[in-house]
Amino acid sequence: MSVKLNTRQVGDVSVVDVSGRITLGEGSSALRDLMRDMVSKNQKKILLNLGDVSYIDSSGIGELVSGFTTVTNSGGELKLLNLTKRVKDLLQITKLYTVFDVHEDEAGAIRSFA
Amino acid sequence: MRDPARHESETVERFLDSTLDSVDHAEELAVGMAQRAGFDEDELLKIGMAVRESVVNAVVHGNRYNANKKVRFSVVKNSERFTIRIADEGEGFDHADVPDPLAEGNLLAGSGRGIFLIRSFMDELQINRLEPGGMEFVMIKYMGPK
Repeated sequence: MSVKLNTRQVGDVSVVDVSGRITLGEGSSALRDLMRDMVSKNQKKILLNLGDVSYIDSSGIGELVSGFTTVTNSGGELKLLNLTKRVKDLLQITKLYTVFDVHEDEAGAIRSFA
Repeated sequence: MRDPARHESETVERFLDSTLDSVDHAEELAVGMAQRAGFDEDELLKIGMAVRESVVNAVVHGNRYNANKKVRFSVVKNSERFTIRIADEGEGFDHADVPDPLAEGNLLAGSGRGIFLIRSFMDELQINRLEPGGMEFVMIKYMGPK
């Protein structure tokens, strides 16, 4: 399996631990489906822990962006945690690093939700 | 000490199926050759990503997963250049029509970053329309002193 998604609750924040490869196909569609499902269940505070993401392509970046847009447009917040250098570099190259609220420690990320 | 392997020429050519499995195969071939050519880890990552993005484009947008169409993939390494060519058999497109993903209105688009990333990762990118049909991406990394 290219990507593994494990969801847990910390208070009213849904933390999704993402591991593996977020690439075109199974990886990116799994992330897309999960975020849509969470929004449909009115989960408005979502923290994506990307610390174990070994690889992401432009399709994966696209799903992060689409997820951000979907959650934000529904009145929620989506934040990112533990970016690897690869993911951080890609977000910087594509000028998306400043779009997302990025954190390096989970406790601080949880506290930052409104 | 001069590494003889780095200065040898090497060529590989394959005709790949229009499936996502071909993306992995092409990446593996290209990165293997790039490793033998002496590129460092950062460059290997960039080459691998550029290959993946361009083969995905060929499979998904060019050939549209058509089992009757192939992706022509070649890598040529000489003392000056590491050249990767990826060609599809699709209808072709005008790459000037591809929106700039960094433009303000496009920043939050859900797609459209592939070509931009290839340009970011490689030293040169040429996008050519082929006759009678299809597109070819020519991606080059300069060998340079290492």
